[in-house]
Amino acid sequence: MNELLGPAEWAALWLSLKVAFWATLCSLPIGFGVAYVLARGRFVGRQALNVLVHLPLVMPPVVTGYLLLLGFGRTGPLGELFENLFGLVFAFRWTGAALAAAIMGFPLMVRAIRLSLEAVDSGLEEAASTLGASRFKVLRTVTLPLAWPGILAGAVLGFAKGMGEFGATVTFVSNIPGQTQTLALSIDTLLDVPGGEPLALRLAIVSILIAAVALIISEVLAQRVSKARAR
Amino acid sequence: MLSVDIAKTFDGFTLDVAFDAPAGITAIFGPSGSGKTSVIRAVAGLLPCERAQVTLSGVELTHLRPCMRKVGYVFQDARLFPHMTVQKNLRYGGSHDEEAVIAVLGLSALLDRSPATLSGGERQRVALGRALMSAPELLLMDEPLSALDAPRKAEVLPYIEALRDQTSIPILYVSHDMGEVARLARNIVVLNKGQVVLSGDMEDVLSDPAAVPFLGVRDAGAVLTGRVVGHADDGLTKIETGAGAVWVPGAVGRAGGTVRVRVPAQDIILSRTQPEGLSALNVLPVTIAALERGGGPGVAVALQAGDSRLLARVTKRSCDGMALQKGDRIFAILKATAIASTDVG
Repeated sequence: MNELLGPAEWAALWLSLKVAFWATLCSLPIGFGVAYVLARGRFVGRQALNVLVHLPLVMPPVVTGYLLLLGFGRTGPLGELFENLFGLVFAFRWTGAALAAAIMGFPLMVRAIRLSLEAVDSGLEEAASTLGASRFKVLRTVTLPLAWPGILAGAVLGFAKGMGEFGATVTFVSNIPGQTQTLALSIDTLLDVPGGEPLALRLAIVSILIAAVALIISEVLAQRVSKARAR
Repeated sequence: MLSVDIAKTFDGFTLDVAFDAPAGITAIFGPSGSGKTSVIRAVAGLLPCERAQVTLSGVELTHLRPCMRKVGYVFQDARLFPHMTVQKNLRYGGSHDEEAVIAVLGLSALLDRSPATLSGGERQRVALGRALMSAPELLLMDEPLSALDAPRKAEVLPYIEALRDQTSIPILYVSHDMGEVARLARNIVVLNKGQVVLSGDMEDVLSDPAAVPFLGVRDAGAVLTGRVVGHADDGLTKIETGAGAVWVPGAVGRAGGTVRVRVPAQDIILSRTQPEGLSALNVLPVTIAALERGGGPGVAVALQAGDSRLLARVTKRSCDGMALQKGDRIFAILKATAIASTDVG
């Protein structure tokens, strides 16, 4: 097994998994909240929020990374805030890679969750409220159980995006082996090294496999949503 | 006692409705688009309105969220939770009177089923049971039978009648089916284009000649309440009403039981003399109480029959030809088969 990849490559793979895991875990509640507000809320600025959420999908990743650097760098206003409040530093750390992955995966995650929430018949939520259920109970007993395949699909998509994120990550936290050198960054580095190509190919296959599995899982879950909708 | 006062402006449509509803069933009747469903959605707190004052037994519900209002709402499309069994659906809002509700609505065989496997009639029975088990202080029913075919309707109607007779809470029952309304309701509120055009006791409203234009020619007609005398061998049932004995088709009710008979206004024939050699079975001596000329060719004639009232609709030509006047003593002729057996119950 260990001959398949070198120690640096194994480290990159584990780092990617760690980065994508934390990115997904931390952005999921926020992603659900934003998706819920976009699916159910009727307020001024809803369209603006929608555009803001989708920006990372269409902006050049290097721009997103640059903005992160400005905002969350050591001297950036948000970077200082997080360091002072929680002792959390993003600049040139794996946490920064996770933040970049979370931001880049956010639009995909929100989109999937929003679609599944919109597929939940709001008439059922009304029925639950007339039966005495508070908003929170309606969310917990009706909305979430009916939307969970879509929520999971959103999480899987966010995770897969986080695994492969390159542009924003390299701009924001650079390419530091063992610290911020994720799978994608590792492949890029190997391609610049003479004789590194075979190893790069192996890493590429690993990342393709992970992406494919994630897509299959999200497709299966999406089918569950449309089946529940057809019922 | 429920008091409702609602105002809301939609695009090109204004809802402005106020009425009181005592215990028992109050029908909200009117054509499609008259605002019936909006009214009960507002009562439930599901429809934000400019004004939506709702008072139930002296308690103001106006500013309460839907979940705090203790209303049971039976939706037209049942709205059972697809990811729960029938039993979990029933218990969602509470387990009030569980055994009795399950027994009365005949649900015991359905408890472990998924809503997706139920027939339309079964779904509505479960939806009704679910609303009742939440111990509502007010029941709102939005055309609970309209999605059902005639046999399914006939299956669910007796359950609603049993409910009406056993409960003491007000029930608002939205419908555009006069047969259903006449059979179930004690009071009626007639809506047209977002306004209340008639309201009050069922028998008074339906025998009011001024009601004909609002109810429509086909749906106008008085309701008689009577006692079943017995069933004849030839398939007819004799009912003793305040207007006299009336024969209706089919074996209706139980002997000694109280039933209602809806007599469509357009199926009554008026005669100056007591007719003989006629196939119609029901000939009732009546006195003309009022005449109301409509905009069309018809005249609505209110008839006092014993201590009951009937409503007939004849053409202006007949009315003028017979020189019908208020106070005239004439005969009302009613074909037994004109009374649909679904209108008796």
